Amino acid sequence: MNYIWFFIILISFAAAAYTGRIDETVNAIWKGAQTSIEIALYLAGIMAFWLGIMKIAQKAGLVDFIAKLVTPFARLLFPDLKKDNPAIGDIAMNFSANAFGLSNAATPIGIKAMEELQKVNKDKNSASNDMCTLLAMNTAGFQLVPATVIAVLAACGAKNPTEIVLPTLIVTSFTFVFAIVVVKILEKFSKPQIPSDIKEENDG
Amino acid sequence: MVKTIIDGISSWLIPFIIVVSLICGIIKRVPVYETFIDGAKDGLKVSVNILPYLIAIIIAVSMLRASGAIELTQQAFGGVLKMFNIPVDVLPVMVVRSLSGSAVLGMFSDIANQFGPDSFVTKLTAIMVGSSETTFYVLAVYFGSVGIKKFRHAILAGILADAAGIIAAVAVANWLFL
Repeated sequence: MNYIWFFIILISFAAAAYTGRIDETVNAIWKGAQTSIEIALYLAGIMAFWLGIMKIAQKAGLVDFIAKLVTPFARLLFPDLKKDNPAIGDIAMNFSANAFGLSNAATPIGIKAMEELQKVNKDKNSASNDMCTLLAMNTAGFQLVPATVIAVLAACGAKNPTEIVLPTLIVTSFTFVFAIVVVKILEKFSKPQIPSDIKEENDG
Repeated sequence: MVKTIIDGISSWLIPFIIVVSLICGIIKRVPVYETFIDGAKDGLKVSVNILPYLIAIIIAVSMLRASGAIELTQQAFGGVLKMFNIPVDVLPVMVVRSLSGSAVLGMFSDIANQFGPDSFVTKLTAIMVGSSETTFYVLAVYFGSVGIKKFRHAILAGILADAAGIIAAVAVANWLFL
């Protein structure tokens, strides 16, 4: 991110020198600063409202309910795990919390699931197939309602900010399924893990 | 017809989630008002935390636009982008989407502000941002927490999924909003 930010600003000044728009470019700094505060103000109100509602959903047991619904699917996706492994429940909760946009709750649960997967991992330095699958589920970023995006649209005075809800849901669901299919396919081609105990024997 | 249904679901999903949350909360004897306040505090914290990122990115991208750099890029790659109906302003979003959530939100705010919230560019970017996750951050946090050094096929899967997400966003936006 450091280099990207650095280059955006550097390129701006270089392009400004080329196009002769140096005044406009400098003015954009003051304008941009103003815009960011305006947007952040709207964002604060809407995010506060939405996370308030989501907290109620969490306390009312809706997050647990969805987690229960997806547990059988989690079992299918993680065939290497034994039935009573607590990771399955954590993985389902991680998915459910992400779906509700509760990333503050989802990340610690996901890390807990990772720790459980690490316990049964053959090589502690490399990611097991199950770990890669859990990661794919998380990098796909499945979410029911993109609250921040709606907040920005509303802040800029959109006629109907919720118009993008279902289109986004279609894309995010597709990406989620795609990520799982891809990770499962890649798993077949990926170099198998060498159990650490064997490796140590070889090293010795 | 399909569009009407999609608009209908879009409009009703949020009220539905709110009503279900409140009713389930009352039935389970959750103190809904206090719980809401608790969550709202978290929401405010998120917004305050995100503010410095927004300032950094919105200023940088505003400068990029004002300097004419984006138009120069358009002259260079315009043909390819036009073929898929991707406005050139979305390019930086595609790159940063997998790297930083707050940065991409800043870029999106800049686009919505510049082109108006009801324009095609804004809607396309909205879908792209709303369906994204900061892949590299997630990789670092989740694997870092348990000391995994070899990521194996997780990286490629993440990148391919991001690419698929971008293509899907362009396809859906073109289908519904053009």
